[in-house]
Amino acid sequence: MLLQAEQSPQVRVKPASLRLSRHLKEFWWIYLILIVVGVLLMAPLVWLISSSLKDQGKIFTIPPEWIPTPVRWSNYRTVFEQIPFGRFYWNSAVVTFFATTGNVVSASLVAFGFARLRFPGRDVLFLVLLSTVMIPYHVTLIPTYVLFRELHWLDTFLPLTVPAWIGGSAFNIFLLRQFYLRLSLELDDAARVDGAGPWRIFWDVVLPQSKPALGVVAIFSFLASWNDFFAPFIYLNTTEKFTLPLGLQLFQSTNSTEWNLLMVASVMTAIPCVALYFVAQRYFIQGVVFTGLKG
Amino acid sequence: MAATIPRSRGLNHRQKEAIAGYLFISPWIVGFLVFILGPVIASFYFSLTNYAVVQPPTWAGLANYRELVHDDLFWQSMKVTSLYVLFSVPLTLFFSFLVALLMNQRVQFVGFWRTIYYLPNLVPIVAGTMLWLWLLNPDYGLVNGLLARVGIDGPLWLQSTKWALPSLILMSLWGVGGPTLIYLAGLQGIPTDLYEAVALDGGGAWAKFVTVTIPQMSPVIFFNLILGIIAGFQVFAQPLIMTGGGPRYATLFVVLYLYNNAFHNFQMGYASAIAWVLFMVILVLTIITFRFSSYWVYYEGEARQKR
Repeated sequence: MLLQAEQSPQVRVKPASLRLSRHLKEFWWIYLILIVVGVLLMAPLVWLISSSLKDQGKIFTIPPEWIPTPVRWSNYRTVFEQIPFGRFYWNSAVVTFFATTGNVVSASLVAFGFARLRFPGRDVLFLVLLSTVMIPYHVTLIPTYVLFRELHWLDTFLPLTVPAWIGGSAFNIFLLRQFYLRLSLELDDAARVDGAGPWRIFWDVVLPQSKPALGVVAIFSFLASWNDFFAPFIYLNTTEKFTLPLGLQLFQSTNSTEWNLLMVASVMTAIPCVALYFVAQRYFIQGVVFTGLKG
Repeated sequence: MAATIPRSRGLNHRQKEAIAGYLFISPWIVGFLVFILGPVIASFYFSLTNYAVVQPPTWAGLANYRELVHDDLFWQSMKVTSLYVLFSVPLTLFFSFLVALLMNQRVQFVGFWRTIYYLPNLVPIVAGTMLWLWLLNPDYGLVNGLLARVGIDGPLWLQSTKWALPSLILMSLWGVGGPTLIYLAGLQGIPTDLYEAVALDGGGAWAKFVTVTIPQMSPVIFFNLILGIIAGFQVFAQPLIMTGGGPRYATLFVVLYLYNNAFHNFQMGYASAIAWVLFMVILVLTIITFRFSSYWVYYEGEARQKR
């Protein structure tokens, strides 16, 4: 009864209110746990938003003040004056845009090659691709850094965007390949009879059917790039080129931590991700589930 | 399956297809050579040299590895990282699975709960780290503020050698909603007839859990376990921002130590040796987990063929 969601075989139709009260009688403790844990998980977030609207003087009041008085909306303007926050936002947008586009374009091409075309060595190469997931980023870090240094790419956006265009992440390729494999071959064959080559099949037949999977890849590339701290931290030096995660860190070290403004900056960094979740919730969950369910 | 091309007919067509195939995957081939295979080899070579970036590397043989063995800070960093993985990964797994089980009861508004629990994962890691840095501040942080109200004198958290690592582990549990989402989807995908079969045999909730839920979920648990271990060994931003590895190296994660060696001390060779040891550790742990998995992970291949 407790541990799985099987339908009990003798479900009889009852008045809604009666059903609800029986339901609560049986499951009240589950709701209780979900609420308690949920409150614990949400508290830091509520605190984040509430502090972002507080007066600097009200930040450390004891007992903690959950609803700020007065509500200082002006914090959201001040933050742009204190640090080049608009600049960071723009930088993050540019990097994220090019990295995401690159990931979607290159992963969709490569996945098509692996899923729909036959060529010698294909399966071996695909195994190689899968095994690259196991290689930690840090093993390749130093040579890659040296390479970018030789190319004079340090302190530019190129190290953050170009790799996405050549192959991008193995996860994305894997995800799209699995999706393509499930598409029916009939349309491919029909197109082939009409004299279509691989490119036409890719462009006119497979891609139009793949919007959900491409959406998932786009969402995950967006999040990865928008939130990435490590690569910008390694490759960017000048403040004007910082992306948001670096900007946040800068904020903490330069201003003797004005927590309310830092919280404003954090909220504004998180907003695009939260918005994306609510706009594309279905794709989002599919993506999380896919990357976690299928090895 | 690969390279089994019948040489009888349609060779020309097949050749065309093969060329197209290589063209389609060429972005990955280039990326693999330039950003993975090349760097992996170079990194191993660097690990056998003294290399300070400004001058070309000079051969050092196994000196870096020998030095590592006697490097107390390196061992400390391995200890810190292992302890983190040892606690954070199973705890996250346990709690997210538990929450997923609860949500999978005939609970109302599953979508609402799922969103609430997932929200912390949407906060960018640096923003989340900043937030926790403040929440855990011993003097004016919310956590000790609330503890004080119930009469508990909170610890120094990140500033204490004893509590700094547990603080980071605690923080990692904030992201419990990510795996929850995955487990919930897995639980919802278990065919109900399996449960009915157990019920027909007179099995109760526990029997269903042990004979259906756990075996059905084991591949998912296993996969997330592997991912968790790999991710755990690569933690970097949190200790860098929150503690800088301190106090007294209590949160010196191995990647942070690698970073310090490479980009502060400019000992790229030594840092590469650390990277390779880390790589081997992750590889060995993954292989062990895989080996061990045949004892408890249930794959459906054969069962499916019977239907």
